[in-house]
Amino acid sequence: MTGQLREQEYILERNHLQKLFDVLTTCGHRIVGPTVRDGAIVYDDLNSVDDLPAGWTDEQDGGTYRLKKRSDEALFGYNVGPHSWKKFLFPPRTRLWQADREAGTAQISGEPPETQKMAFIGVRSCELHAIAVQDRVFIQPHFVNASYQARRENAFIVAVNCGQAGGTCFCVSMNAGPKAAAGFDLALTEIIENGRHYFVVEAGSEAGMAVIDQVPHTPAGAAQRSAAEAAVATAAGQMGRKMDTTGIKDLLYRNYRNPRWDDVASRCLTCANCTMVCPTCFCSTVEDVTNLKGDHAERWQRWDSCFTMDFSYIHGGSVRSSTKARYRQWMTHKLATWIDQFGTSGCVGCGRCITWCPVAIDLTEEVRAIRESEELPTESKEGHHGDT
Amino acid sequence: MTSVAPPGPMTPVFCRVLKTRQETRDTFTIELEPPGPMQAHSFAPGQFNMLYVFGVGEVPISVSGDPRRPQILVHTVREVGAVTRAMRALKRGDALGVRGPFGSSWPVEEAVGRDVVIVAGGIGLAPLRPAIYSILAHRQKYGRVVLMYGTRTPEDILFRKELERWRARLDLSVHVTVDRAMAAWRGSVGVVTTIIPRAGFDPRNALAMVCGPEAMMRFTILELQNRGVGLDQIYVSTERNMKCAIGFCGHCQLGPAFVCKDGPIFRYDTIQRFFEIREI
Amino acid sequence: METLRPILAEHPFFRDLEERHLELVIGCASNVRFNAGDFIFRQGEEANQFYLIREGMVALEMFVTGRGPVKVQTMGEGEVLGWSWLVPPYRWMFDAHATEMTRAIALDGKCLRNKSEQDHDLGYQLLKRFSTVVQENLDAARLQILNIYEVQA
Repeated sequence: MTGQLREQEYILERNHLQKLFDVLTTCGHRIVGPTVRDGAIVYDDLNSVDDLPAGWTDEQDGGTYRLKKRSDEALFGYNVGPHSWKKFLFPPRTRLWQADREAGTAQISGEPPETQKMAFIGVRSCELHAIAVQDRVFIQPHFVNASYQARRENAFIVAVNCGQAGGTCFCVSMNAGPKAAAGFDLALTEIIENGRHYFVVEAGSEAGMAVIDQVPHTPAGAAQRSAAEAAVATAAGQMGRKMDTTGIKDLLYRNYRNPRWDDVASRCLTCANCTMVCPTCFCSTVEDVTNLKGDHAERWQRWDSCFTMDFSYIHGGSVRSSTKARYRQWMTHKLATWIDQFGTSGCVGCGRCITWCPVAIDLTEEVRAIRESEELPTESKEGHHGDT
Repeated sequence: MTSVAPPGPMTPVFCRVLKTRQETRDTFTIELEPPGPMQAHSFAPGQFNMLYVFGVGEVPISVSGDPRRPQILVHTVREVGAVTRAMRALKRGDALGVRGPFGSSWPVEEAVGRDVVIVAGGIGLAPLRPAIYSILAHRQKYGRVVLMYGTRTPEDILFRKELERWRARLDLSVHVTVDRAMAAWRGSVGVVTTIIPRAGFDPRNALAMVCGPEAMMRFTILELQNRGVGLDQIYVSTERNMKCAIGFCGHCQLGPAFVCKDGPIFRYDTIQRFFEIREI
Repeated sequence: METLRPILAEHPFFRDLEERHLELVIGCASNVRFNAGDFIFRQGEEANQFYLIREGMVALEMFVTGRGPVKVQTMGEGEVLGWSWLVPPYRWMFDAHATEMTRAIALDGKCLRNKSEQDHDLGYQLLKRFSTVVQENLDAARLQILNIYEVQA
């Protein structure tokens, strides 16, 4: 999937959105997207456009998430919830292989290849960046995660440009939005004005063009294109958070011993919420299981978190057993070592970690505190918790 | 519906156990025969395999055999948990899953023309043994070769007969020391680092390979530095929790490095800034 | 004795001593030799000497009830054995046992102690040198007690 293929943008009326869904279903796609469940907007199967969270918005802040009714019937008038698309591209539990043993020999059988096509509806720019970030993790020169790659190739992406930003959003700081720039098949900007409800549509791939051609659409005029640009500009101006990323890698590399880590450790519960909701966190573990007779074994892969006590366990103990070490690992990996490992930041500014942290730890604030601590005179920097 | 899985880096290949041998009280060596189509399991000294005991689990173990004889796959294992204990109970003819080899290797090529200093502690001698074999197989390419080995007590000395054979050679300096001993031990008692100041090598062109418990590696590096060996002349083998061994599960990270694919062997100056941070 | 002058003057331990101090040291020095199995000193005995080992190996041991003699350190060529003569109560804490034929230079510590009381400069030079020996031995001992080769349960 590449960037814009045709300069032309189109208008899709709200009433015809269902037709878009129908075209995708006919092509064999399983449609997943945002829907309201358990007081949040989550990503799940969509049977029709009616499953979308029409008229809902979310209010987010540190450790806070609430749904609220909007005064209009916008289908995408909210930001991101606790789920991210890694739920589908890199599922929480997958079986890698099975093995059967008899009389001293063992035979391994693999899993059938992934063939289910999916359509992701409502992918935000920050999420497109997150998917691209995970692509670099799972598709590397020395190793390709074949099932991730298959799911990736089978995913049709309908992106949505945000018309508003959330209380914990900072995609602008991370150069990850709010406008979807690449990595989508179609990108929609929702406009509700003067009694009219429509989408400005941009095609990002041949596959996207092929789909939009089967749905009633008209060319977008200058006024509508401006409305779309204005919506995105509004979102860009509303960012709830900011992060100064100037020299951030070296900043964190210099500050492994900063007393601020003790401060955040006194608040962090190591609950691992941040890693579960983060769209780029990729850590996993392997579980080897067996039946009672011992003649059938399976290997499963499941999501893991660097916050768990035994994540870094080697015989005798864990390398990172203190809360401080584990929080520091997560944050320095996300913002600094990731750059050396994969060439980009691991953070896309979606704000989920801030929203879903039960004690409202805010990594933009932590970075700010560390940066500011470098500007203080030396005495103030000496930690009482002296350690190397 | 089952089918034979195509070989892939997450899928083990089952090898037949040829023999197991107790080395010390808690350490044993297991020899495997790679299956037919593989014939031989080539590896570079210092690399490791993920060894899978059916239904129990998988652990990373360095290969401890001779790289010139890959038809027999040799690993020396310390019993520290459920998987290694189950591995100890395997008998000739049993199957053991193997994935690998993974990781970086000892700089046997870079060491050509230089004095080689090998410092091993405890089980650390096992991942170094393939490098020692390689060096001895082309002995004339290297300068002075010194091996220093430390362990807890004389009963814990690994590969004792081999060490004695190496010590008997005229072109190899071997120093073995233990932390404590009873009267019958006639050799050195003391930490392995105390041998470094007096060992016969030229620090200016030496290349050091160090493997052992992290604490031991730290003070060995300090002692080598005191002798004038630069941090870019010292190679260490590190250890971290591993699950995938191919760089995507995240467990083995040491700062920005993935120990499974950027390591486990590192030139020390490239990881010094992170290695020295507690609980990194 | 004078024939020991070149050996002592060049020995890393006594290098850079002022001539008058070196004279005093030489005056307190003698050549000694131990056969394999000989005890150089025993735990509890009065500590009056220290040794610069020239050849061989000496083991520091302690007899542990129920275990027998346990070796805690061995010393070889170039190493300095013994500092209990420097500090009260001037008694050896361990046995020193030659495990091989060992030749050493013995220095009369009691004599040097008395001379240091008069010549504080000499005392300072000796203590300066022994501090390094003690520190190295203490560091090594601490590393030994870490029991790093043990797997924690």
